[in-house]
Amino acid sequence: MKSIVRNAFLAMVALSFFTACNKSGKKDGQANGALASNAAERVYVAPGKYDEFYAFVSGGFSGQLSVYGLPSGRLFRVIPVFSQDPEKGYGYSEETKAMMMTSHGFVPWGDAHHPDISQTNGELDGRWVFINENNTPRIARISLKTFETSEILEIPNSAGNHTSAYVTENTEYVVAGTRFSVPIPQRDMPIKDYKGNFKGAISFIKVDQESGQMDLSFQIMMPGFDYDKAHPGRGKSHGWFFFTTYNSEEANSLLEVNASQNDKDFIAAVNWKKAEEYLKAGKFTTMPVNYAHNNFNENTHTATTTWGKTVRVLNPAECPGLVYFLPTPKSPHGCDVDPTGEYIVGSGKLAASITVHSYTKMMAAIENKKFDGDAYGIPILKYEAVLAGTVVQPGLGPLHTEFDANGNAYTSFFISSEVVKWKLGTWEVLDRQPVFYSIGHLMIPGGNSRKPFGKYLVAMNKITKDRFLPTGPEVSQSAQLFDISGDKMQLLLDFPTIGEPHYAAGIPAEKIMANSQKIYKLEENKHTNAIKGESEGKVVRKGNEVHVYMTMIRSHFAPDNIEGVQVGDKVFFHITNLEQDYDVPHGFAVLGNNNSELLIMPGRTTTLVWEPKEVGVWPFYCTDFCSALHQEMQGYIRISPKNSNVPISYTLDGDKLGK
Amino acid sequence: MKKSKIMMLVGSALLLLLFVFPLWNITLEAPQYPQPIGMNIFITKIVDANPNDIQNINLMNHYVGMKPIPTEMTEFKIFPKVIIGMVILGLLIGFKAHYQWYLVWFILMLILGIAGMYDFYLWEYTYGHDLNAKAAIKFLNPDGSPLDYQPPLFGTELILNFKAHSYPRTGAYLFFLGMALTLIAFFIGHKESKK
Repeated sequence: MKSIVRNAFLAMVALSFFTACNKSGKKDGQANGALASNAAERVYVAPGKYDEFYAFVSGGFSGQLSVYGLPSGRLFRVIPVFSQDPEKGYGYSEETKAMMMTSHGFVPWGDAHHPDISQTNGELDGRWVFINENNTPRIARISLKTFETSEILEIPNSAGNHTSAYVTENTEYVVAGTRFSVPIPQRDMPIKDYKGNFKGAISFIKVDQESGQMDLSFQIMMPGFDYDKAHPGRGKSHGWFFFTTYNSEEANSLLEVNASQNDKDFIAAVNWKKAEEYLKAGKFTTMPVNYAHNNFNENTHTATTTWGKTVRVLNPAECPGLVYFLPTPKSPHGCDVDPTGEYIVGSGKLAASITVHSYTKMMAAIENKKFDGDAYGIPILKYEAVLAGTVVQPGLGPLHTEFDANGNAYTSFFISSEVVKWKLGTWEVLDRQPVFYSIGHLMIPGGNSRKPFGKYLVAMNKITKDRFLPTGPEVSQSAQLFDISGDKMQLLLDFPTIGEPHYAAGIPAEKIMANSQKIYKLEENKHTNAIKGESEGKVVRKGNEVHVYMTMIRSHFAPDNIEGVQVGDKVFFHITNLEQDYDVPHGFAVLGNNNSELLIMPGRTTTLVWEPKEVGVWPFYCTDFCSALHQEMQGYIRISPKNSNVPISYTLDGDKLGK
Repeated sequence: MKKSKIMMLVGSALLLLLFVFPLWNITLEAPQYPQPIGMNIFITKIVDANPNDIQNINLMNHYVGMKPIPTEMTEFKIFPKVIIGMVILGLLIGFKAHYQWYLVWFILMLILGIAGMYDFYLWEYTYGHDLNAKAAIKFLNPDGSPLDYQPPLFGTELILNFKAHSYPRTGAYLFFLGMALTLIAFFIGHKESKK
């Protein structure tokens, strides 16, 4: 009896111990960013159901833009932007080669960084995504109707378009600041004479509200610092744009040491409305430049390059009130403006604190001339006079801050590899979660707007190491999805990304999906080499150029037997996809082509060049499984010796087309 | 004006709406077509239910050797003439004739209507049976005869991977309503004549 009582007592003790353990285990779990218990359920989007958000994630050194769904983390599409894409023929087809044109000639690759979605009244409107290219300075505009690159504008006088492609709150402008300062205009000079001689240009590109067309409006010729990140003023601070700078030391070598000496660098506050006044007053100089402006025409399905030859330049030293410097500690990276437009958050990437400036205080300091000297004629505002507050020791190496709709800020910390949630105004740290590993930027849909959708946060990590199945020395970078709807952030999902996910922009799906185009209407196809029916198919010789006008429809090409082409000819396949049904692209590939394939959407015309080098009969075929008879969708082109007398002929099923 | 007369006039005039609204609709459903594809049949033409549907139906059908859906048909010339004629006749009867003629008009229209449906059936039969001998895909019935692809005259039927629906549309309903009105006009006319 006694032993039974004792055993029961022990069992109870044991039980309570386990319960306690469980409780503390749960707490530890949260503190360590362990999975929310029902994480799988919360990221599960059932087959046939849609995600709640689109996420446009930079492809970094891939040069492209990826489109993911949130919360599932499913990859929907990789939009080719700055790099050739042989899969789609982008940058290879005659129509898209011009998209890669720059003042340096054809550039097949780019380093894509910061996508930003167009805004109206400070809210995401889902018309376009802008994204910058760092290496050969450019900005691209991607249509959210076609999910294709519509336009690429080269930025002259820039040498690393990093501080870009952020838009103002009505998409009046998209900005482009240079990460590397250079001699402007470029010239042959000793590198050691950098200081005082190199300049950094910040460009403002006007956006046409109807067409989205970009137009390089003006540049501000800034001191030779490195311009890093930027965000627009919004609400009360609309009309201003804020840019972080580092290397205010103006070092030209071993920057990891020499650009890290000043205790404070700057956030440059640019009053672009003032700039407009100065432009109107004619206070600019016109500088000769040379830059490519590539436009893809939706009706002709063809890109063309026009050349910009001048740019209007404002010198801030001669334009009082145009630019002010806000001292900001330790080589700030992120420069983020909260949804109200009051707070400008500077993330000193070598600091252990986050500096927050106040727009109201900045305006008062300007009014009261609370200056601390100047840099190249640009007034430096007194640090204390503009400081709203400091988030003290939230982590190491803050990089980027986004916001929810409830007055909370979320900052990524590269060095301490975590996301920290803190309160605007009280600067108190509310939560911290580790990320795996070494986060760069983070994204909350609408987190850079007046209206954030604070349900999810995506952390974009530079290092994954052991997070996924190993794939040799090169492993993917990753995104991690957090639920931020509660007090504490909860990790839900890891998913791999393409290239380097530098930065992302997210938007509720319903703002875009209804506008997503299904086909290109044949009757709107104004391509000069389009043919609208099979009977129009033909082959035309012009000297050593052979132009093949071909159609594709389930499941054949017309013509599909071509003769009379010779070694040394340059064959242009002008192919029109006659389909008018959703999701019926056809592909085209020809044996031994030193080019790419084509993937042609319904209603579209695309041209591929092939230069046959060998006599023979060579097949071509459809590369995209289109139908039950896809495998039969093929044809032959006969290549005869040079100067052969085989006449040009083109047939389908033995009949000459057009008869 | 007498109630019966008004009904006769309205009833026969309603037929004019056949020029505005489709008579019939055939819709095809398949897993690959989450948005079904279909065609609206008018007395003067056959048109897409949604843009490009007919092209896409033709594309599907050519694999089994079916002919494209016609853009020209003798019926498109005859039907409008018949309808116009019947409307004129109906209005003349309504204005001028004795109520008993209402029934004559109704019976005539009924016969023409049935003839029209029979013609539609014949077209559907030919459309589903007259297959290109060189068709890429040939299916056979269990008894070895070639499978046909005739859509139902009325109702829903499974044809291979497609579920075909064939049902009247607004035009047909207005046509039925117009005919019903003329019949009711006859009975009311009969009642009125007894007073």
